[in-house]
Amino acid sequence: MNFSNIILIPLVPLAVFLLLGIFNQKIKPAVSGYIGVAGLLTSTLFSFYTAYQYFFVHGKINGVYQTFVEKTVWMNFTETLRIDMGVLIDPISVMMLIVVSTVSLMVHIYSRGYMKGDDGYTKFFAFLSLFSFSMYGLVLATNLFQIYIFWELVGVSSYLLIGYYYTKPSAVAAAKKAFIVTRFADLGFLIGILIMGYYTGTYDFEILNNPEGDAILNWASTSFMGLSALTWGLILIFLGGAGKSAMFPFHIWLPDAMEGPTPVSALIHAATMVVAGVFLVARLFPLYYFVENGFALNIVAYVGAFSSLFAAIIAITQTDIKRVLAFSTMSQLGYMMLALGVSGYDDHEGLGYMASMFHLFTHAMFKALLFLGAGSVIHAVHSNYLKDMGGLRKYMPITHITFLIAALAIAGVPPFAGFFSKDEILVAAFEHNKLIYFIGVFVAGLTAFYMFRIYFGIFWGKETKYERKPHESPISMTFPLMVLALLSIVGGFIPFSEFVTADKATFEAHLNYPLAAVAVGVGLIGIILAWIFYKKENDLADKLANFFGLFYKWTSDKFYFDEIYLFVTKKILFNLVSAPIAKFDKKYVDGTMEGIGNKTVWTSDKIKGLQSGKVQDYGFAFIAGVVIIALVFIYLWTN
Amino acid sequence: MNLDSFLLMRHELLLLAIILLLIVAEIFIPPNKKQSIVHLAIFLFGVHTLIGFLPVDENNLFGGMFRTNGLIHFFKNVLNVGVLILLLQSADWLQEKIVGQNKGTEFFILLFSSLLGMYFMISSGDFLMFYLGLELSTLPVAALAAYETVNRKSSEAGIKLILSSALASGVSLFGISMLYATSGSIYFADIIQLVSATNLTSLGAILFFTGLAFKISLVPFHFWTADVYEGAPISIASYLSVISKGAAVFILMILLFTVLKPLMQVWENMIYVIAIATMFIGNLFALRQQNMKRFLAFSSIAQAGFILLGLIVGTQLGTATIVYFVLIYVFSNLAAFGVVQAISLQTGKEDINDYEGLYRTNPNLSLVMMLALFSLAGIPPVAGFFGKFFLFTAAASEGYYFLVFLAVVNVTISLYYYLLVVRAMFLRKSENPIPFFRSKVYMRLGLLITVIGILVLGIYSPLYDYIYELSGIFN
Repeated sequence: MNFSNIILIPLVPLAVFLLLGIFNQKIKPAVSGYIGVAGLLTSTLFSFYTAYQYFFVHGKINGVYQTFVEKTVWMNFTETLRIDMGVLIDPISVMMLIVVSTVSLMVHIYSRGYMKGDDGYTKFFAFLSLFSFSMYGLVLATNLFQIYIFWELVGVSSYLLIGYYYTKPSAVAAAKKAFIVTRFADLGFLIGILIMGYYTGTYDFEILNNPEGDAILNWASTSFMGLSALTWGLILIFLGGAGKSAMFPFHIWLPDAMEGPTPVSALIHAATMVVAGVFLVARLFPLYYFVENGFALNIVAYVGAFSSLFAAIIAITQTDIKRVLAFSTMSQLGYMMLALGVSGYDDHEGLGYMASMFHLFTHAMFKALLFLGAGSVIHAVHSNYLKDMGGLRKYMPITHITFLIAALAIAGVPPFAGFFSKDEILVAAFEHNKLIYFIGVFVAGLTAFYMFRIYFGIFWGKETKYERKPHESPISMTFPLMVLALLSIVGGFIPFSEFVTADKATFEAHLNYPLAAVAVGVGLIGIILAWIFYKKENDLADKLANFFGLFYKWTSDKFYFDEIYLFVTKKILFNLVSAPIAKFDKKYVDGTMEGIGNKTVWTSDKIKGLQSGKVQDYGFAFIAGVVIIALVFIYLWTN
Repeated sequence: MNLDSFLLMRHELLLLAIILLLIVAEIFIPPNKKQSIVHLAIFLFGVHTLIGFLPVDENNLFGGMFRTNGLIHFFKNVLNVGVLILLLQSADWLQEKIVGQNKGTEFFILLFSSLLGMYFMISSGDFLMFYLGLELSTLPVAALAAYETVNRKSSEAGIKLILSSALASGVSLFGISMLYATSGSIYFADIIQLVSATNLTSLGAILFFTGLAFKISLVPFHFWTADVYEGAPISIASYLSVISKGAAVFILMILLFTVLKPLMQVWENMIYVIAIATMFIGNLFALRQQNMKRFLAFSSIAQAGFILLGLIVGTQLGTATIVYFVLIYVFSNLAAFGVVQAISLQTGKEDINDYEGLYRTNPNLSLVMMLALFSLAGIPPVAGFFGKFFLFTAAASEGYYFLVFLAVVNVTISLYYYLLVVRAMFLRKSENPIPFFRSKVYMRLGLLITVIGILVLGIYSPLYDYIYELSGIFN
């Protein structure tokens, strides 16, 4: 493998970021857009070239994909415990390169239209490039510490982009919320990393993931509170992943993050950054599977399944279309997590792993498409709310068709992409855990329902009187929609088990027709129900809401999780813990420090007379110093 | 002299050739074209610096009076880079103020002579060569300190420097004579074998030490520092605080770790106490300074106190951390002096108060100054942090926990006054700020090199490993 061009994949966006960041004021907005797109295009071309080289030329030996690593030592603690910087090429990192490149390139192109005329146009592209650089670094990382560094960089770029409209208080609050919540989760991640380093003596993925390696064979040698130390490490690492991937109970930041510009939501909060948690578990999958017979992996499965159901229920009642999509993202991420959770390792047993990665891939395409489509709609009607929309299919034909394709894909209707990946997930779940399977099927129905609820709400439904007649978006925005729509149609036909598997050996995956029929049937029921409720203006939906009454209210208020967090932090933590500490800090710690500071300044004032400015005084001090030093150190203080 | 020995003395001979060339140039360049001497000198010295990086063998000359090896060679290169930056930063001042008085060539000749003295000093293999080098490095600087003859303060600085250094070198020479009296040799290699810890040798060592302690401005031999820095031209203050101090630290380190090793029980305690005194006095005085040059003078005294932490370690680790620290200190301090130089040249202002609101008018200069001060204070991720960090870990690894604790206290104090300047530049508003100006290309290049050094040296880890490897030679 040729690493010289692979290393360019992250470095080109970094260069673009530095260029646009440093010469922010000097570059014309129009030019900066082109620079951003050109940089990403370069990375995309290299990514596709790498993928071609890896999957079709160099990567496979005897039907098993190899791992290629190129790295340099950055910090050395011991021979094995060291922090490297480098790139790791294996099936999932190459697949992620494709996902990140494709979506990021489309979002860059789209942003040229969407952000046109915005004051911070150049800054926006600089941030997008910074994000792309960080995300590439994350997927190419060779060890836990490197991934952590880029993990935080991704978090920072996300913070900057959510808070992009920094004059809007809600955007600032959302940015802070996202950063703080994920930072809490990342604290777990960091502790997990340290535990892994301490007990296995390495951070390196290759050594950690080796099924014949020390970590996997000897996990039982250490135990802490009834579980092996490595299991604790893995659970803590998963906490970090759950934070980034908005798993319950860390999900509260994702809906608020929709305050960012819509292209950002498409790129970061739908297709790339939020899947970092899934990617992290996949990256360490052999550990999760083998250590303590998959104890930590079971946690992943149940957290995933619960988040998936929880988010799908909330999504039904939201009226802000971006929030519906946000909860839908959370739900689909839960799907990916649960698929990993039910996966085995060898050969066909690893179907769940394959399915999870497959779904990650297809979901990135159709969810980015949904967000960009929603952005196109918002661009036209200047509102996020369903009540301001309706009947838009006549005004925005391209947006309408592409949105419909994406909705069909996420609802799992054949032959669109989501059908295939979702089917594999359900098959894997059916084979391993019936409870999770039933949750999965139910969520599939809910997904179809809420997605077509907004689809009918936006493009059909009531005829809203628009102040200004909505119009189709410019070509720079519709072109990415069409590309992603195409990918959402054909993406499912990629034979994914030929490329990405748990043990890196390929196997044949087949459609399971009875299970597929069930899933499609449930999906169609969801669509039909949505049709009945929302295609024409009627009061069925309100009646249903009244019928559920209190439950409806809970759901639309997102089960009051934000309020619970607020209560715990503001009322309990701030009053009972933070306030007394602050008082102590102010009175005693600050007081002591100020006292020391004042004394220091006082001393400084007192001794200033020593420096008289007379050279004879200096000479006297010199000689006196020599004499005193000689006396003291020759006669008095000898040892 | 054959070619091999010529190569061994490459630094010295080349610099000597440059000095002679400049004398010839002074004669032949017509008076109305004297400005070109600045370009010529900087060009020649740049070439000299580049040639310096070619590798050199390890050997002795003149029966052991002169020696060289990888570490000495490396340190000469550090000095060269420092002087080159200093010349770049001084070029504008020379062209505007000095060449007109027809004193341009002498400036370079004196400065290079002093540097030549330092080469011989750090390459010395016996006390005779050492002493000659020491004197050659000091005397021209006294003349340079008094270089702005129209300025009374400059004359004062010159006379204070020459008087104080005469005293110091007299005491030091007295100490050397005692070492000679007890051992019967002035060669370092012999003295290591012959010297033993008696009262007379201890006294000799202490007296000898004061000569270098004066150059490094350790307490209580530091009093000249602030007055001389304030009065002397900024280039010379900068030279004294960076180049002269660095060379003295280097040779002191070598002598303590080799020749005076048998007396370690004496100087260990002495350095312990002097380190504490130097850090505290330097920092406490720096707190109150209003003039940037005096401020930097006391700050450089405090920095010298930190260096002693490495000196007390006395191992390969100590050597490596000191050389690394000095290297970073060269860049940081030159950056700070460079900004002071640029502003003083344009506006004549040298007080901290004058810097208020500088960020609004001259953001680039403020950023350079901020980086320099952060590096001096030791704030990560700039290079100064790594220099201090290694120094402190070295001292801690030898068990000097209390000393490291006091050093950390001092870092805190120093942080306060470094940030005072940063606050003045960035947070304070001024009714009468320094107006915007653009320095000439030499100055900007000089500042750029220091900034790159400050940003890169700390992160680029192979450098420290390289220095550590070289440092094995003296232990």
